[in-house]
Amino acid sequence: MIMKIEELASLIKDGCKLAIPADYSGVAMAVTRELIRQKKKKLHIIGVPTSGLQSELLIGAGCVSVLESSALTLGEYNPASRFSAAIKSGSIKLIDATCPAIHAGLQASQKGLPFMPLRGIIGSDILKNHPDWKVIQNPFSQDDDKIVAIPAIKPDVALFHAPFADREGNVWVGRRRELVHMTQASKTAYVSVEKIVDGNLLDDETLAAGVLPNLYVGAVAEAPSGCWPLSFWHGEGEDKEHLDHYKAVAGTQDGFDEYLQQFIFDGEIP
Amino acid sequence: MSDASSKKALICFIANLLRDCNHVAVGASSPIPGAAALLAKAAWSSPRHVNILGSVKNNFLTNGSQELFDCAAQGRIDAFFLGGGQIDGSANINLMGRGEYPNNTPRWPGTFGSAYLYFLIPKVILFREEHSRRVLVDTVDFVSAPGCSAPETYRTGGPYGLLTNKAFFKFEKEKGCFSLKSIHAGSSLEDILDNTGFDFLYDKENTPATPEPNPELLKVLENEVSVKIRDVYPQFSDTIFTH
Repeated sequence: MIMKIEELASLIKDGCKLAIPADYSGVAMAVTRELIRQKKKKLHIIGVPTSGLQSELLIGAGCVSVLESSALTLGEYNPASRFSAAIKSGSIKLIDATCPAIHAGLQASQKGLPFMPLRGIIGSDILKNHPDWKVIQNPFSQDDDKIVAIPAIKPDVALFHAPFADREGNVWVGRRRELVHMTQASKTAYVSVEKIVDGNLLDDETLAAGVLPNLYVGAVAEAPSGCWPLSFWHGEGEDKEHLDHYKAVAGTQDGFDEYLQQFIFDGEIP
Repeated sequence: MSDASSKKALICFIANLLRDCNHVAVGASSPIPGAAALLAKAAWSSPRHVNILGSVKNNFLTNGSQELFDCAAQGRIDAFFLGGGQIDGSANINLMGRGEYPNNTPRWPGTFGSAYLYFLIPKVILFREEHSRRVLVDTVDFVSAPGCSAPETYRTGGPYGLLTNKAFFKFEKEKGCFSLKSIHAGSSLEDILDNTGFDFLYDKENTPATPEPNPELLKVLENEVSVKIRDVYPQFSDTIFTH
């Protein structure tokens, strides 16, 4: 259960349907660099409910065939150049959604249901272009009341970074409950953590409410500063200088390839 | 007006629009609306609850990122802000990209929660500083979220108005279009007509100037709220306050 990052990344196979959190929730960047080093192919990324640099890097490195998300944003470091280039060349398939629909699809999976109905959306071009959503009549209403049915989203793996875990594989996520929902919707979770701690996290009731129990967890690896260069909600802020550098070089494929060589294949991490 | 003081004026303007709200939510990377919500809370204790997404300190939700959407669906959020790369005269917004989907150039980040929140939050304020024909278009290229819906569509929320760095428009729900309510210092009706790509209602003779920000409110912003804003939006804070 507790393993090295390289081993954890090797469990993620080509073609994996991979659920990853938004930038505010703990992004497993160290594992992502290892996925790129291991040259993964044809990943189906699910941004829960959005994604950022993690998807941008995986797309630029040619690891992704499908991006299912409500947005891909680098925040103030936009535009995401490799994402834009992939859209232009048509090299990835897009399944564009809206945030609560991603949550609803995961919630359906979490509950073992075929779909979850959701308000809003009707009249949005997102609905027109989404391959799976259906508009149905509210079966409990006598009036004309249409509602969107979101089919279950069932990822193979949930991948994220958390503050700490114990040696049994119980992971503390605090109030970042979307990580729990995302994990319970997936077949398993692979988690990097700032540190592995002694004892069992469930023994302490004040911690227990924020614990993702190891029933749902397949692998844990220790990765201090595992979100770098992104910020971590329970740790360091973002590395602005590095992100500015990324923005400056990622505009061309050559610049991006040099970035990959320097920071991922040669592994030069400050 | 300097850039910093026009941004402060926008913050004060928005704060006044939030005074009748109990719970205001603000999306990530929206410093002006976020600052306005913090200002209104500090000045009048109304709104009572301000929730800034992406901030740890100013986010009281404990059930994960879906809780915001659950709150909205239950009518527990009174006001929210949306922008868009394109906004049209029917208040349709486009966060997806220019040109034809899916090969937009440029492609913007995506629709986020707009296709949902626009339907369910009563006071959605459209905010986009840039006031140009590039942004304020006749018809958006992609409807991320529609401004209006058919009467049978479940909708408890929608556009309240549109604020830019030139003017404030109110959205007239019955007519399905914007009407010009006030013109900011430095702009004019002619300037607005020149730079707006959609038709809107206006009073040719006397559209009022947007009132100057209240000096007391400005003082609260400078003295009390600037520290809080710095916590959440450090870079934005550096551009408008001299700490």
